[in-house]
Amino acid sequence: MMSAGDSHRTSESGDMPARHRLLMCAPDAYDLAYEINDWMSLQNRPDLKLAARQWRSLYETLTGSLGVAVELIPQMPGAPDMVFTANAGLIAGNRVLLANFKHPERQVEVAPFRAWFERNGYACVAPPPEFHFEGEGDALYAGDTLVAGYLKRSDIQSHRWLSEQLGAPVLSVELVSGRWYHLDTAFFALTPELVVYYPGAFDEYARIVLERNFETIRVVEEEALQFACNAVVLGRDVVMPAGCPLIRGDLEARGYKVHPVELSEFLKSGGAAKCLVLFLDRQEAASQPAQSFQHMQAA
Amino acid sequence: MLSETVTLDGHIVDSLTLSKVLDLILLHGGAYEIVRVRIGATRADTSSAEIDVKADDAAQLERILHVIGQHGATRPTEAVRSAPAPARGVFPDGFYATTNLDTFVRFGGSWIPVEPIEMDCGILLTGDPADPANLSAAAVPMHRIRKGDRVVVGDAGVRVVPLAPRDPTSLFSFMGSDVSTERPKEIVIAAVARRMREVKAAGQKVLLVGGPAIVHTGAARSLESLIRAGWIDVLFAGNALATHDIERALFGTSLGVEVDTGAPAAHGHEHHLRAINAIRMAGGIRQAVEQALLTTGIMHALIERNVPFVLAGSIRDDGPLPDVITDSVQAQDRMRDHIPGIGIALLVATTLHSVATGNLLPASVTTLCVDSDADTVIKLMDRGSHQAFGLVTDCEFFMKELAARLEEAP
Repeated sequence: MMSAGDSHRTSESGDMPARHRLLMCAPDAYDLAYEINDWMSLQNRPDLKLAARQWRSLYETLTGSLGVAVELIPQMPGAPDMVFTANAGLIAGNRVLLANFKHPERQVEVAPFRAWFERNGYACVAPPPEFHFEGEGDALYAGDTLVAGYLKRSDIQSHRWLSEQLGAPVLSVELVSGRWYHLDTAFFALTPELVVYYPGAFDEYARIVLERNFETIRVVEEEALQFACNAVVLGRDVVMPAGCPLIRGDLEARGYKVHPVELSEFLKSGGAAKCLVLFLDRQEAASQPAQSFQHMQAA
Repeated sequence: MLSETVTLDGHIVDSLTLSKVLDLILLHGGAYEIVRVRIGATRADTSSAEIDVKADDAAQLERILHVIGQHGATRPTEAVRSAPAPARGVFPDGFYATTNLDTFVRFGGSWIPVEPIEMDCGILLTGDPADPANLSAAAVPMHRIRKGDRVVVGDAGVRVVPLAPRDPTSLFSFMGSDVSTERPKEIVIAAVARRMREVKAAGQKVLLVGGPAIVHTGAARSLESLIRAGWIDVLFAGNALATHDIERALFGTSLGVEVDTGAPAAHGHEHHLRAINAIRMAGGIRQAVEQALLTTGIMHALIERNVPFVLAGSIRDDGPLPDVITDSVQAQDRMRDHIPGIGIALLVATTLHSVATGNLLPASVTTLCVDSDADTVIKLMDRGSHQAFGLVTDCEFFMKELAARLEEAP
């Protein structure tokens, strides 16, 4: 078996785009079986056939012209939200910092994710049991800085643990609304200096922190509600849910290529494009800086 | 004012978490003091802060700690530690020595009050350590410890609540902690009378600790009338107060001096010995009252009103009276039995018994020390009774004025 460390090396030539590796989970056991965020309503359950088609469309967008390598984990019955692989953990080289879910409904996902990571050569690091941490859903890199959300799902105490594990500076930002319960529902980084966010998801201190540390693009509420911020950034390509023309225009004006994908059946569970993928090619912090952006600078 | 020290660490400066936590403390009506702060040298380094969070009461403190806890401010989780007493009357090494301030020990995630609290004791834990709800903590003097008792060691997991700052609107406030003769005494005594009324209304007890000067100066009548009116619930004194009170009752003199005229009586210096002898003959003060030998005075009033008293002996005592407890440790224990429920303690014209009582009183008890010598009040405070107010005046004036104030309609 190839070790995780080897498999994650990306091109450093600067000429060739890095080939990203993502982890996804086909929605074979997807459903809306409980209500643990403000989007979920048992009265508004997803059309599972349509969901399967939408997921397939996202998968094909990523693996097609964007050339992303996608690893698949089979969905465990009884873990309907396992499709949202972003919450499985946070990759750091050949280690994975595993999630410790807040809700018992999602705690069942830890075992199958852990088994997959171990099978694929990752060293699994579990957070201290007294802290909740919901993986890449609440921890996104902007360059070598980890922006981390807390209060709704992850505990701020997990941020200290992350910084110890990663040796990276962590900016803790408070999420204040049940709709924006994970950082990745309201924030994404385009480059180490430029981020996109929906201010209404954050408290005023967090907004100051983001404005102080980054150049920002603000998403309006209407598009935030379409999960505009739940976007997968792959260099100059951004895969995001359909129905966000304003932010799409902003990004295209800055030279990005936006790939909208219809994901209505996942929005019903409070997730979209970014929630459905986990980056497997995150390096340890020391070698982290801007590997996703190398080709941008070359371009 | 209650306080609790919390720690906050991580990237608390760049994330504005430190600012937010401090703002939240103020927003929720608390106050803070940054005890220690260490700022990381680079962006990747974490910082840490130790913050003393202050609140007016336990509920407010709890609310603030809950709110800032969500932002990573963590409370001490260290539980109190204990060790078994190695022998009867011996605390384990490193035992925690108490103050008279409200004290709590941390166990099973909660703060358990130390009740009763007394200075210069150890803290005895009783109950099942596996079941914090049934665990209790009490200040216990060294001589009462039995071998194997679980006694708190070290100061981890022990919280002491500092004395609340004196209410500036209270009449007691201007008496402050210093001792001065430059005070409008009548106003102070009126405040004492008011406080006694409050204490009685709250169902608490008034303790009077007195020296023989109360009798020598002619203040005994005032004290006697206070006792008969039901204002005094417990009395601590020595052999001398009781002896000279009984001397006055039997011979009309105190230390051989006619109390009414101030003239020395013939063979007056023997009167107190004859008084002691008469009581010893009767079998005790109560018996003397029952035999109609003793028909007036402070001690007579105590017996008639059924007010408990403790007479503690000392090395220079004549007699002593049969009621005097000559074993000091036993006397302390008898006094200790009467401490719970005391709301105000009046320590009048006695250094020895004032200090002894101060040692037993929780700091939450209003404590007034009245003496013609400022040194007595200073001694009391130097020995840890920081809650004490001092009033430097003659005890006759004090007792008369107090009796007059309490006779008035409230």
